[in-house]
Amino acid sequence: MSEILGPVRAPRRRKFTRNKAFRRVLPWLVVAAIFLIWQMLVVSLRIEPFVLPSPTAIFAAGWQWQGPILVNAWQTFMTTAIGFFFAIVFGLVMGVAIGSSSLIYDGFYPALVGFNTIPKVAVVPILIIWFGVGSVPAIITAFLLSFFPILVNVATGIATVEPELQDVLRALGASKWQMIRKVGLPRAMPYFFASLKVAITVAFVGSIIAETVGSNSGIGNFMLVASSRFEVPLAFAGLLVTAAMGIAMYAIAGFIEVRMTGWAMRGGMDRQ
Amino acid sequence: MKNFVDMYQVSLRYGEDGDGTLALEDATMRVDSGEFVAVVGPSGCGKSTLMKVVTGLWPPTKGGVIVNGKEVDRPLSITGMAFQNPTLLPWRTTLDNVMLPLEIVEPHASRLRRERAMYETKARDLLTLVGLKGFEDKFPWQLSGGMQQRASICRALIHEPSLLMLDEPFGALDMFTREELWLAMQELWLARRPTVVLVTHDLREAVFLADRIFIMSARPGRMIAERTVELPRPRALSMTYEPYAVGLVQELRDHISAARVAA
Repeated sequence: MSEILGPVRAPRRRKFTRNKAFRRVLPWLVVAAIFLIWQMLVVSLRIEPFVLPSPTAIFAAGWQWQGPILVNAWQTFMTTAIGFFFAIVFGLVMGVAIGSSSLIYDGFYPALVGFNTIPKVAVVPILIIWFGVGSVPAIITAFLLSFFPILVNVATGIATVEPELQDVLRALGASKWQMIRKVGLPRAMPYFFASLKVAITVAFVGSIIAETVGSNSGIGNFMLVASSRFEVPLAFAGLLVTAAMGIAMYAIAGFIEVRMTGWAMRGGMDRQ
Repeated sequence: MKNFVDMYQVSLRYGEDGDGTLALEDATMRVDSGEFVAVVGPSGCGKSTLMKVVTGLWPPTKGGVIVNGKEVDRPLSITGMAFQNPTLLPWRTTLDNVMLPLEIVEPHASRLRRERAMYETKARDLLTLVGLKGFEDKFPWQLSGGMQQRASICRALIHEPSLLMLDEPFGALDMFTREELWLAMQELWLARRPTVVLVTHDLREAVFLADRIFIMSARPGRMIAERTVELPRPRALSMTYEPYAVGLVQELRDHISAARVAA
């Protein structure tokens, strides 16, 4: 028998790239590498700080101004969070209504799509006329940008319930509301949580746009002021903080998604 | 009760303006209470449409249905349904899936909160009966296809419906699982004696399970023949290979072939 067996192989070593811990630090390594290359380019090509500051200069400026940065970042965070909260409420309610009634769908959906195509930057000046400079226009902009993805996703989740499942419930004499509560809403949850990841990032974009156009606080305003004073490293520091906040919010939304709708993402779990 | 289900001269045309497909034409079927009937026919003959008409999910274009002495004009709440696709809710455990009808059908819905333990025992007993003991807390996607189908049948039975409508519930299973479930189905039926209407493609299945078999024509569907199955209960799988059952299957097959040629 032994001659038909191939040469005995040494037990293969597990590949380093499959290592879980390695996978976990990989994103950080990539970010570190980007900063490193950036730093080397700026130093070796002698790029002026007001064109492209080096990462070390950015971090130094950020550290020096950490107080104002934190205050403004907190302001932006709160603005985004409030706008986002209203977007969730409105998106859920309208999503359920549109997803469960073809009458409401036919009536409202075209108007909503039309509304959504308006560039929200163009709306900010009007909001400032109405509500004055401050955080209200920023909250509204964050809301306006982020409710639509939530609404569309919830509506899709509810509208695409399998007809057979509806028959099972209807044959039991279930009311419309019971069908929404028992089947439509739970079924729409993966769609809803997936949309939160998109919505939170655009809400963030919305509040920063509004702060840049007309506000006297927030990280958007902070960056505007820094760049008007040619404090380019500081403007970049604001940019980095913005990016970090965006990633953090996305990560939180992603975490909640996995926790709440694990049943819909069973790829990773062990099957029976 | 005689004629528990009385479907008389039902025609159904899909589409609102009357130019859709004619799915049923002059279909008549009477089922006594506690009886197990099967409906067989060529594919696309309107068997599933028949289910929807009897349960009140679709109003017929002509004719009507009387169930339990009342004209059906809305979805019946005394029905349990199971389909070829198990249609379990993936976010609920098997036990919670089986208990879903209890949250909707009265008088259970208003009692469920107070007597949860009693209802839960009932659901567990039912799951044990179909061989799903130990899987109550698993999610549907952790079960095999056959197990999901068993759970789906339990869900159709938990609220003790007087009418059980089964639309090819064993159709997507392999033969061994299917035969196992026939036995489980027979046991459930003998224990509770609901009225059952089983729509199926499988003639052996119809012969094994049913008291009476209706044969439908090709679309537009109507009943072209009716056979009573003279086999004692409880039936054993081996009976389906004995001359009587084989002959009956052969006869049903001839009817269906004739119906297909006529179409």
